[in-house]
Amino acid sequence: MAEKSWLQDFPQMDRGDLIGIRKTLDGAYRSFSREFGDTIEAFFDPLLRFLVWFEQLLLQSPWWLVLGAITAMVWLASRSWKLTTGITLAMVAIGYFGMWDNTMRTLSMITVCTVMAIILGIPIGIFMARSDRVQSTVTPILDVMQTMPAFVYLIPVVMLLGIGKVPGLIAVIIYAIPPVIRLTNLGIRLVDKEVLEAASAYGASSTQRLFGVQLPLAMPTIMAGINQTIMMALAMVVIASMIGVKGLGQPVLKSITNQYFTLGLLNGLAIVALAIMFDRVSQAWAKRSQKHLGGTGHV
Amino acid sequence: MSDSQELIKIQNLYKVFGRKPNAFMDKVRAGISKDELLTQHDHTLGLKDINLTINKGEIFVIMGLSGSGKSTLIRHFNRLIDPTEGQILVDGEDVMSLGKKALEQFRRHKMSMVFQRFGLMPHRTVIDNVAYGLSVQGVPRKERREKAATWLETVGLKGYEEQYPSQLSGGQQQRVGLARALCTDAEILLMDEAFSALDPLIRSEMQDQLIELQAGLHKTIVFITHDLDEALRLGDRIAILKDGELVQVGKPEDILLHPATDYVEAFVKDVNRARALTVETVMQPPLNRITAETICGALEQMKKLPESYGYYVNEDGYQGVVLQETLEQAYEEDADARMCIKVVEPLAAVSCDAVLETVIPDTLETDYHLPVVDEDGGLHGELSRSAVVEVLGTPHRAA
Ligand SMILES: Nc1ncnc2c1ncn2[C@@H]1O[C@H](COP(=O)(O)OP(=O)(O)O)[C@@H](O)[C@H]1O
Ligand SMILES: [Mg+2]
Repeated sequence: MAEKSWLQDFPQMDRGDLIGIRKTLDGAYRSFSREFGDTIEAFFDPLLRFLVWFEQLLLQSPWWLVLGAITAMVWLASRSWKLTTGITLAMVAIGYFGMWDNTMRTLSMITVCTVMAIILGIPIGIFMARSDRVQSTVTPILDVMQTMPAFVYLIPVVMLLGIGKVPGLIAVIIYAIPPVIRLTNLGIRLVDKEVLEAASAYGASSTQRLFGVQLPLAMPTIMAGINQTIMMALAMVVIASMIGVKGLGQPVLKSITNQYFTLGLLNGLAIVALAIMFDRVSQAWAKRSQKHLGGTGHV
Repeated sequence: MSDSQELIKIQNLYKVFGRKPNAFMDKVRAGISKDELLTQHDHTLGLKDINLTINKGEIFVIMGLSGSGKSTLIRHFNRLIDPTEGQILVDGEDVMSLGKKALEQFRRHKMSMVFQRFGLMPHRTVIDNVAYGLSVQGVPRKERREKAATWLETVGLKGYEEQYPSQLSGGQQQRVGLARALCTDAEILLMDEAFSALDPLIRSEMQDQLIELQAGLHKTIVFITHDLDEALRLGDRIAILKDGELVQVGKPEDILLHPATDYVEAFVKDVNRARALTVETVMQPPLNRITAETICGALEQMKKLPESYGYYVNEDGYQGVVLQETLEQAYEEDADARMCIKVVEPLAAVSCDAVLETVIPDTLETDYHLPVVDEDGGLHGELSRSAVVEVLGTPHRAA
């Protein structure tokens, strides 16, 4: 009976209609990407070149030079011998176990993604902080970006740009950018109202308020956002390897399909080492640069 | 204080907080109460029909309980808050007509502000905080830091230049706030409960310092407080705000002696008047004045006086008290003799600026009214025991 089946099974759309919708949307998107794919690729070309250049720099330079540079940077940022020694040893181990090149690829990918996420994310966060309307539009978008399974938005990116570095980069940035945006917004909104009022009372323009008061005071929060973004970018590296991003993700992917436990573990540990390096170094640097705020901070 | 040149003039100022303030202006003008407006229409009456004038060089105190609209009012002077309706004139200039850039210039050069919770920038050193106003103006770093250093020294914080605000005590932080405000040389100083967050002892020190600074600087200061003692101590004039309405504006002694409404009366009830009033505000004009040069002239003057004694005043000012009895004896001896020290008894005079409390023992010790002298030693008035008793008794409302 029609009545009964309507009660028992959820009333569904006609299968034909659903297929129709899917066909129309996919078709439209496909023709869109056929039409504009080249333009968009050209648009991302500078980014690609930068990424390739940086990757080559890390790969072509002698390993001891890169290792020295990493050690120096960790030391400069953290001024901690313990951390510096630990990370240097980890890098030596990575090289010894034959993962040097892949680690360099991942390192350059993460660096470029993070830089891009900061360049894009901080201004968006600033706009969100300035207008409640922007905030209420952007927040749900960020929510979707963070909860949507990463694989799903790999699809349109791949349809548009094919397989390779740039789509991987875009996918990683989309996945990793929300924390920077959110925490920039939050940090600026949390700036003490009276301090901001004081700036206004002395005649500061909105630019002077932004660069002289809001951003410096929001910096600890923004740094926390950048830190989270780096961690998410690292997590995305394995997934991005599915669309051809080279690096530590690919051996992991290979290990899953072929059940190479040791290979997977080693590469996984290398990712962990990178994560610890980025995390500790960025936190130590943030702490050092905000030392004058004392224990109480600005909130 | 010459009550001449007006510097800030506020006319028919209204402020309603909420989503559609203009929609309720008719109701506000018709006299809807703050509570009604809030409960029925979800709008807050911030200020209602404020009219006031602040003169050049005075300390104008705005006083009221928490939530009465003090902060809202003071933020209209530099337009940190825009009015719903009304006019704000500063030095004859209509502040409401200023564009964004002009308003920034106005804030940079005309007014500076001190905040209740200091409003210092935690990421800048003390000296850079003091120099903040100048840095906004684009003054070169070296120059502004030099100037900031001298102001830091003035407020007693030399040596703290490179500290951060969080390393300073509350009182020290507010000194930094004060130095920052003075560093721009703005003519008008807005102080929103500047000392309210400080301990009583520190607060009183800061009040002294402000009075001392003001004696040299002659700024126009708008000072907000919820503390009547502070208002009486600092204010040349005091305005009292209640639920966004101005209930009385006047000199401290007017407020104390002639409260305009029950509200003000309740406010001033607990004030220690002996400490708040000066002799000048309580004394009467000097009736018993003897100025004649001869004994007979003096006796003639004496007979017209209500009392049987008088204060002898010559060209050098107040000399002492003369009794009718003594004069009569001297008259018997030589009526035409000149007045001399022999007939005058010494009686210590009190200064007209003295705080009432300090002269109470004197009024109790003598049977005469106390002579009151001005700075030059001239007789300025007389203080009777009964006047002191009356003023220290229950407050009496103005008719
Ligand atoms: N931005 C605002 N939005 C809504 N109501 C406000 C706002 N600012 C102040 N008010 C209200 O206006 C009234 C006066 O506040 P305020 O000027 O801060 O008082 P005071 O400084 O005397 O304690 C209060 O009832 C307060 O709740
Ligand atoms: Mg207030």
